Amino acid sequence: MEFFDRFAIPHPSPLIYASMVAIGLTVIAIIAGLTYFKKWGYLWREWLTTVDHKRIGIMYLLSALLMLFRGGADAIMMRAQLSVPENTLLDAQHYNEIFTTHGVVMIIFMAMPFIMALMNFVVPLQIGARDVAFPRLNALSFWLFFMGAMLFNISFVIGGSPDAGWTSYFPLAGNELSTSVGTNYYMIAIQIAGLGTLMTGINFIVTIFKMRAPGMTLMKMPMFTWSALITNIIIVFAFPVLTVALAMGTMDRLFGTHFFATTNGGMDMLWANLFWVWGHPEVYILILPAFGIYSEVISAFARRNLYGYKSMVGSMVIISLLSFFVWVHHFFTMGQGALTNSIFSITTMAIAVPTGIKIFNWLFTLWKGKIEVTVPMLYSLGFIPIFTIGGVTGVMLGMSAADYQYHNTMFLVAHFHLVIIPGVVFAMIAGLTYWWPKMFGFMLNERIGKWTFWFIAIGTCVAFFPMFISGLDGQARRMYTYSESTGFGIWNMLSFFGAILLAIGFALIVYNIYYSIRYASRDIGDDPWNARSLEWATHNPVPDYNFAITPEVSSSEGLWDAKKRGHTLFKGPYKEIHMPSNSGVPFIMSAIFFVFGFAMIFSMWIVAIISAIGIFACMAHRSFEQDHGYHISVDEIKQTEAKFGGAKE
Amino acid sequence: MKLKWAFLSLSFFVVTLLSGCNLLVLDPKGPQAERQAHDIILSASIMLFIVITVFSLLIYMLIKYRASKQSEDYEPPYIEGNKWVESIVIGIPVLIIVVLSIVSVRSNYIVESAPEGYEEEPLVVYASSSDWKWHFSYPEQDIETVNYLYIPTNRPLEFKLYSHGSITSFWIPQLGGQKYAMSDMVTTLHLAADEPGEYMGRNANFNGKGFAENTFNVKAMPQADFEDWVEEVKETAEPITEDKFQELLEPGHLGQLTFNGTHLEFSPAPEGENGGHQHGNSEHDKNQHSSEEASEH
Ligand code: HEM
Ligand SMILES: [Cu+2]
Repeated sequence: MEFFDRFAIPHPSPLIYASMVAIGLTVIAIIAGLTYFKKWGYLWREWLTTVDHKRIGIMYLLSALLMLFRGGADAIMMRAQLSVPENTLLDAQHYNEIFTTHGVVMIIFMAMPFIMALMNFVVPLQIGARDVAFPRLNALSFWLFFMGAMLFNISFVIGGSPDAGWTSYFPLAGNELSTSVGTNYYMIAIQIAGLGTLMTGINFIVTIFKMRAPGMTLMKMPMFTWSALITNIIIVFAFPVLTVALAMGTMDRLFGTHFFATTNGGMDMLWANLFWVWGHPEVYILILPAFGIYSEVISAFARRNLYGYKSMVGSMVIISLLSFFVWVHHFFTMGQGALTNSIFSITTMAIAVPTGIKIFNWLFTLWKGKIEVTVPMLYSLGFIPIFTIGGVTGVMLGMSAADYQYHNTMFLVAHFHLVIIPGVVFAMIAGLTYWWPKMFGFMLNERIGKWTFWFIAIGTCVAFFPMFISGLDGQARRMYTYSESTGFGIWNMLSFFGAILLAIGFALIVYNIYYSIRYASRDIGDDPWNARSLEWATHNPVPDYNFAITPEVSSSEGLWDAKKRGHTLFKGPYKEIHMPSNSGVPFIMSAIFFVFGFAMIFSMWIVAIISAIGIFACMAHRSFEQDHGYHISVDEIKQTEAKFGGAKE
Repeated sequence: MKLKWAFLSLSFFVVTLLSGCNLLVLDPKGPQAERQAHDIILSASIMLFIVITVFSLLIYMLIKYRASKQSEDYEPPYIEGNKWVESIVIGIPVLIIVVLSIVSVRSNYIVESAPEGYEEEPLVVYASSSDWKWHFSYPEQDIETVNYLYIPTNRPLEFKLYSHGSITSFWIPQLGGQKYAMSDMVTTLHLAADEPGEYMGRNANFNGKGFAENTFNVKAMPQADFEDWVEEVKETAEPITEDKFQELLEPGHLGQLTFNGTHLEFSPAPEGENGGHQHGNSEHDKNQHSSEEASEH
């Protein structure tokens, strides 16, 4: 029995037991359903083994939505706990676990897969490619991310959740002060998902550099592709730092090293530095693809080309460089002195300049346009004012001396939510709505979509603006309760109300998907938004091979040229298409990674060693495997194209 | 459109609140907090100007260029960009950032040095945190308190911060911003109180289960009252012993306690040769320390 004690929850509560039962029932229901409807084969052939960037994108999307609800449930519980003074809904320990998992889930397991989803789906289409450069590596990226996410999410029913904050500062996160396995989950699950992200980074850089359609020079790439390129370059430079930091943290926790300990020459500040050397670029990894989406959407619905293409690209390049030179602003208060703080204060505020350029370029894209307020456009228009408020408060935080007062308070919490929500979440919903017809061949309902927008936009403002005030009034972040005499009550109650509006908004997204699956028209043509870039030049939904004939472009708006200027996108006859074949290895290897991670978390060394051997065996298998893919014949292409209503020749 | 106006009025509302009422951070009682409140109001006002510019441009574009306001066959033009527009869009933000940078750098040197204009030498207080308490040692007076801090007004205060466990952050909003307390080094926070009164102090950096209640009371009083208090403590308080101190360090919450003597005598702060990053060359460190001290005073 002793062996099993380690899996027990250190701080159980009825809520957690209920979740265990719910998780158990769901798993049983899924297995039973798959068996009853005989879908195991379908699931394996079409999804688990797929290497198609579109399907991988859709799987990222589903995972991101799932995680949005997990993180959202945490958020609602936090806001409910704080809505009145001296509340006893949650105790300190549960509150600590919940804000920790909220942060990790939202950043690593919601926002990241969401941008991965859209990059996967859209980038190859926008550059006129058949797939990414390394399709099988792409599948491995997804499955590693997925297994990492699942591993992290079981923590609250097996062994206990991490509770040291998403920043997991040592020595709090060390063995002495965090005795449960929670922080092991943090170190290892994020590591596994992070490896997947790093592979995606390499994959997309190669894809974008090597696989663009004829005629598409770098300065003729659509802006979303540009943002994806720069994002992936940041990933490749930033994620190794996280990998190393997590590996050191793992060794501190499992093997008794002292990298971040406060004794034997260890240094707790080293973790904080490494974490933010990754962490600040990470926030730009999240925001840049969002900027790309807004550039696409705003230009599409202003019916105009993007204003200042070159300065858009330039500002992203500058942002990506600067983002590596500002990390100290996350701990101006560590006591490094006036000189260091001054340098980092200036670099931090400097980032606002390229960011500002982008805002003004979007505004000037509206100028002389013919603005149509569709749902994606509504999110883009809502993004500009709210993000501006979030951004300018960032500049205020960048005033290092003043930051001694903002740091660790609700003011900071307001800042980053007011950049991340309009920045990332709005962009994801905008992108989702915009590219939905590409993915599934029908549109999401516009009316429900607009209602959703208002709930989410107003909810965001109501939930986070009051925090500026309570922060300046001395409310520290991460407090599970406060006394009545502080006067924070009213602001937190408002916040809770805003959180409810947000929750309604997110529920409406799901309802919209359900509603549109049932009622939306399937007859929408290839270009329902009257858009400009190349992804709209193929069919809805996109055939396996993306484009029957590789398109040729002469500007960043290939389709617009074809529609308005008589440019011919598709020249020449059909040719046989070479496609990569499916493979189960990425899934199997990642599943072994899951076992490996689990074994490491609980220090079950024999299992860990066996599964490590399994991982290497999968890699060896790949090295010796002969796989030349398969070919789609001209006949088959003709048939498919005919099905989509006439070949495009 | 309604939303945009709602935003506008809301941001005005926020700024009126910021500048007017008695939010702790904007109700400073000491020179450092005053400087920080000044920076906050200054940057907030400049930022408000940017926010208003962006909002106005957005509203203008939305009113003027809505599709519903234009004829069916209007074709928006192709516009690459304009040198002048882009120079303005880059130039003005750069100017703003330059101004804010100058202010920021000057403020850094102000908050990082002893407040000026006081006659007396700074009062040195060691503030160390343990789960979930604060220990205040007054080496000069040779007394120690737990969870409450008495300070004289109109005298610079030099807090020497460190922690007996995880990273914490020492914060008295009305006297000045926070600074981390860590277990392998000592950090210095310069404050001063100009008005007698009671202030809220707390640990601002998350440190586990007892974080929410990790607060302390600050009472600022004229020098004479402070001296009376010290006298009284010296006459009435129990001495602090090594055993007693170990007991205090146990995780948990304590009320306010007062002792004769300080724990620094038997459990010194992690500075100089007791620092966590001591690499054996104590001579060198000592020299560096004293030369720093010399330049400070
Ligand atoms: C205008 C540009 C920006 C500036 C000048 C800026 C400045 C800052 C500063 C100085 C801090 C640290 C404050 C403190 O801890 O006391 C901070 C925190 C943060 N910022 Fe920003 N920021 C900007 C944009 C963004 C964007 C675009 C994002 C995300 C998409 C973002 C996400 C965050 C997050 C997540 C944190 C805090 C994380 C934590 O401590 O848990 N920021 N920002
Ligand atoms: Cu940052």
